[in-house]
Amino acid sequence: MNFVYDLYSTMQNEKIILAYEGEFTQEITKSVLAMTERNLDSMGEESSIKKKVFKVMVECLQNIVKHADETERDYSEAVFMVGKQDENYTIISGNFIEQSDVVSLTQKLEQINGLDADGLKTLYKEVIRGGALSDKGGAGLGFIDMARKSGNNLEYEFIDKGEYSFFCLKTRINRS
Amino acid sequence: MAAINIDGTEDTPKVVLDKDANLLEISGRSLPEDAAEFYQPVLDWLDEYAQSPNGETDFQMKLEYFNTASSKLLLDILTKLEDIDNAKVSWYFNEDDEDMEEAGEEFEELIDVDFELISIED
Repeated sequence: MNFVYDLYSTMQNEKIILAYEGEFTQEITKSVLAMTERNLDSMGEESSIKKKVFKVMVECLQNIVKHADETERDYSEAVFMVGKQDENYTIISGNFIEQSDVVSLTQKLEQINGLDADGLKTLYKEVIRGGALSDKGGAGLGFIDMARKSGNNLEYEFIDKGEYSFFCLKTRINRS
Repeated sequence: MAAINIDGTEDTPKVVLDKDANLLEISGRSLPEDAAEFYQPVLDWLDEYAQSPNGETDFQMKLEYFNTASSKLLLDILTKLEDIDNAKVSWYFNEDDEDMEEAGEEFEELIDVDFELISIED
C-alpha cells in the first residue's frame, strides 16, 4: 500500500488542501465549494481572498461539469485540487478534452494571458454583450473571469493521451 | 399581475417580483448550472410588467455572488428596464467587496438605465 504514502507525500509537497477525483456534477460542485469554504473559514482567511478563491473555484468546476456532460463516459471524469502555499492559493484542474479542441483552447488562453486588467475588462464586456449563450450553457466568460479575479495568468498544459488530451489548468490567487 | 416569490438556496438567489408591493429584488448567491432556465420566469414577468409598469420602478440587486453564466442573464434582466419609464437599478455591494462594486459599474456601463451603487457595511 505504498501508494497511500506516496499520495500523501505528493499532497504534502504540493501543499494540496483538497483533492477530488471522479464524476463532476452541480451537486459535487456545491459540496466541494462548501467544504473549501469551511476550510478557509477555519483557517481564518481574509474575506476578500476567500471570495476570490470561491469565485475561481466556481468557474473552474462549472467548466468541467459542462464539458463532462458532452464527453464520453470513460473520459468524463476529472480531477480538481486546491493548494495553499505561503504566497498564494492554487486552483488546479485536470480533465480530458478532444484533441481537436487543443488549438482553440490554446488560442483562447493565450489571448487572455496576453491582456492586462483593462484589456480583460474590455473582452469581458464584448463577450457578455455578444448575445446568446453557447450550447454548452456557458457564456464563454469563465476563463476571462478566472483571470480577472485572480489577477494572474492562467497556467496550462496539455498532456497527449492518444485519442484524448489531458488538459491541466492552474490559477493562482495571491494571499496578500 | 401575479407576484413571483422564490426562496434562495445555496446556489440560487431569492427572487421577489411583486407589482402591488412595488418590490423587485434579487438577493443572495447566483451560481445555478443552468442560469437561462432559472431566470426565464424573471424575464417573462418583466415583459408582462413592462406593459403596465408602476409609476416608479426600483430594481434592487443585492447579490453576494454570481457566476459568469448568471451574469449574461442578469444583463438581459437589467436591459429590459430600458423600456420602462422611470426605472432605476439599485446595486448593493458589501463595502469591502471590490469585485461586486466593479461588477455593478460594468452593468451600469452596459445598460442605459439610472443606476445607483450602494455600499453596505459588513
